Amino acid sequence: MTRALPYPILTAALLLTWMLLTSFSPGQFILGGLIAVAASRAMAALQPSKPRLRQWQLIPRLAGIVALDILRSNIAVARIVLQRRGRKRKSGFVAIPLDLRDRTGLAVLACIVTSTPGTAWVEHAQDSNILLIHVLDLVDEQGWVTLIKSRYESLLMEIFE
Amino acid sequence: MTYAGALPAWAALLTAFLVLVGAGLTLLGAIGTLRFGSFFERVHAPTLGTSWGTGAIVLASIVCFSALGSRPVANELLIGVFITLTTPVTLMLLARAALYRDRAERKPGVPARSILRPPRGRDQQGESGGGQ
Repeated sequence: MTRALPYPILTAALLLTWMLLTSFSPGQFILGGLIAVAASRAMAALQPSKPRLRQWQLIPRLAGIVALDILRSNIAVARIVLQRRGRKRKSGFVAIPLDLRDRTGLAVLACIVTSTPGTAWVEHAQDSNILLIHVLDLVDEQGWVTLIKSRYESLLMEIFE
Repeated sequence: MTYAGALPAWAALLTAFLVLVGAGLTLLGAIGTLRFGSFFERVHAPTLGTSWGTGAIVLASIVCFSALGSRPVANELLIGVFITLTTPVTLMLLARAALYRDRAERKPGVPARSILRPPRGRDQQGESGGGQ
């Protein structure tokens, strides 16, 4: 299993992508399968650290929370854009000390933070594991720290660590 | 567009609504990019287009072509996945470049690199907290 298919999930995802882009037919299944196996073995040659999914059943829950939060902050940022220029609004940086160490988990957190309008991933220090984000509508700094830590980081740690 | 007549009313309405929401959010993102003052504020606005702006248009496309072809179509989900995965790369590159520039120019309001260094003693607490 590990020799022939070093990344089974990646292989399956590539095959699915191939068939979605072409068609669901036996011929495309064989062609896509060959390409997916070759690509995942090429990936093995690069030797990235293999992500481990400990609690994959939590992924739909995380996806649901994130989709809702992104929808909510879409509305919030749209409202800020439409505001008159005069209204006071403060934006600023927030430093968040993270406990999450898994690289895949951090990558997912980066995707969440950047695709949420109103928060942007700015810098992450590997040695201290402190993350710097920029928040468009900053009212309560500590609130953002607890939000990121309790809402996303704890779930990500359960999934990946 | 000759197919549009074959679309049932509920699907046509839903598609129109989703396309308008998606296009509207993307437009607001563009306006925001224009109106916000600083680089770090501007960086937030286009994410309207790459999150639910894209999401709503993708959903509209799924609804429309699933109703027309009488089978579920999910190719569009790939667009959403690719955009979500590639946006952070560009955004982080831009943000880090801006941070580097602002620090080099000693602009006020930009946090120094030193705040990312752990205060003494706190790092170890964080380590033990993370291990549990």
